[in-house]
Amino acid sequence: MMLIQTKGVSKVYSLGDVDVHALRDVSLTIGKGEFVAIMGQSGSGKSTFMNIIGGLDRPTTGQYLLEGTDVAGLGRDELAGIRNRKIGFVFQGFNLLPRTSAIENVELPMLYGGIAARERRQRAFAALRTVGLEGREEHHPKQLSGGQQQRVAIARALVNDAPIILADEPTGNLDTKTSAEIMDIFVRLNRESEITIILVTHESDIAAYSKRVIRFLDGSVISDEPVGTS
Amino acid sequence: MINIPWTMRIALRALRVNKMRSSLTMLGIIIGVGAVITMLAVGTGASEKIAQQISSMGSNLIMILPGSTTSGGIRMGAGTQPTLTLGDAEAIQRECPSVSSVAPVLNGTAQVVYGSLNWSTVVNGTTTEMLDVRDWPLAAGRSFTSDDIRNAAKVCILGRTVVNNLFGDADPIGQIIRIKKLPFTVVGILETKGQSPTGQDQDDVIYVPVTAAQKKLFGTAFPGMVRTIMVKAKSTDALESAEREITDLLRQRHHIGARQDNDFTVRNLTQMMQAAEQSSRVMTLLLGAIASVSLIVGGIGIMNIMLVSVTERTREIGIRMAVGAKTWDIRLQFLMEAVTLSLIGGIAGIILGITGSQVLSVLAEWPTIVSALSIVLAFCFSGLVGIFFGFYPAFKASLLSPIDALRYE
Repeated sequence: MMLIQTKGVSKVYSLGDVDVHALRDVSLTIGKGEFVAIMGQSGSGKSTFMNIIGGLDRPTTGQYLLEGTDVAGLGRDELAGIRNRKIGFVFQGFNLLPRTSAIENVELPMLYGGIAARERRQRAFAALRTVGLEGREEHHPKQLSGGQQQRVAIARALVNDAPIILADEPTGNLDTKTSAEIMDIFVRLNRESEITIILVTHESDIAAYSKRVIRFLDGSVISDEPVGTS
Repeated sequence: MINIPWTMRIALRALRVNKMRSSLTMLGIIIGVGAVITMLAVGTGASEKIAQQISSMGSNLIMILPGSTTSGGIRMGAGTQPTLTLGDAEAIQRECPSVSSVAPVLNGTAQVVYGSLNWSTVVNGTTTEMLDVRDWPLAAGRSFTSDDIRNAAKVCILGRTVVNNLFGDADPIGQIIRIKKLPFTVVGILETKGQSPTGQDQDDVIYVPVTAAQKKLFGTAFPGMVRTIMVKAKSTDALESAEREITDLLRQRHHIGARQDNDFTVRNLTQMMQAAEQSSRVMTLLLGAIASVSLIVGGIGIMNIMLVSVTERTREIGIRMAVGAKTWDIRLQFLMEAVTLSLIGGIAGIILGITGSQVLSVLAEWPTIVSALSIVLAFCFSGLVGIFFGFYPAFKASLLSPIDALRYE
């Protein structure tokens, strides 16, 4: 059983009279422990694909099986549960809660997962240690650098032991050196914890950290190959 | 799944971020709740005062006044014709089944003297029944005996004000005072009664046997004449039948033909006072209702600010949704903020209301009573306002699409 399987997934947005086909008949499988980079220009459908994989959006037609269960037909709250337990998000703009300490940001998914206070604290500490942020637990996002904020976001994605991390342009706002540090964390998480990482990027040197590159153009997959063969 | 103390903390934090905005929003509720509490306090104070005066007057009271006369086609006012007699009083007592006790009154003002002090007061000639009719117990001494009444004995019972003015701290029982230069022995002192519903000092009074008043103090044109008769009915329900029985009896005794007007007037004092009390209750409700309009305006303020807050924090909502917040997690968060605003406002409003009522009763000398019920009511009502006006913004927040919310700039 594959971790992620899409069968003929399409997404159509109606803008008045015009239908915009963001995704056309995408069928893909991603297995447990893979490190996939999704590339393409803006408007190629890669973000729409990510949103569907992440349970933030539903396909117009087609099936999306996550660990064998069809997610496309689930309701709002069931999708929220899936996002909570199965998927960790890392965004380009970090998307941390302002005026909220690092540790509390990391605790957030566990709060909605109904985990007891003491365990929340412990696991959040551990996750921050994993991304190398011990000692910064009480810092607010404003007091942290971009790289540190992205580490907090990664810790937040990790903390519920989700099998999948979806990273949407995670290095887009960072300088080269910090980008490399962040990518090293992803590589380490993929190797040591067997977490499936799906990365959306348009930079090929970032994509080079992955093991498989899928390219989108105009809503369709145009290539899907392991890194290093092309 | 839903974590109340944590949601509460989030709400408080969000409100702290915009201190100025939060306090202005609360101000609406504070003023609303404060106004409701103050208005209810003023109204309750007024009704309570009236109720107190009613019970100080005596309960189930009927007053009979000598009636208007018609002389040469000109009708005179009530009391212009001395038609009531001691005999009437005795007959009412004897023959009206709905009546519990009857006290005739013949009164007048007189200068009273004790030692070197003197005082002008109302002297009421009456019978022992007076104390029962007025629900007025003695503080010391005794009431009149039937011998006192029969013999027109020169004894008297003093009200507290008279005691204070003539005796100071000395014990008046057994002392002799002079009323219109005649010596009367003080046999009893009345309990303090306070103001009458019309604002008179009810304690500024002396009671003497009605016979003594007739024969020795205010000599009357007709033998046995009295000025008024006070009647106490057996119960509130018996008031109307007592009124009817008295009217029938007096018409018969005074030989009034079927087409002639009464030569006396029967007034149901208790009913009049109850009507006054009733109208002051209605006034209280009216004041409260007007004040609660401002509470609703305050609620609209909360709704307004919550809608702004939801828009401002769209991205935060998106983040929460992305990490797994369900519909009700979001809804509850914003609802809690609205309720926190309104409840803190409610508590501050209660304090304002209590202070306001105190200030009013000190400055304007209105009696105000802040009832526990009005506090509980105002508190619950402000909570409900928070829920009611907070629900729509919270509902709106919870229905945002996670992607749109995350992309919101």
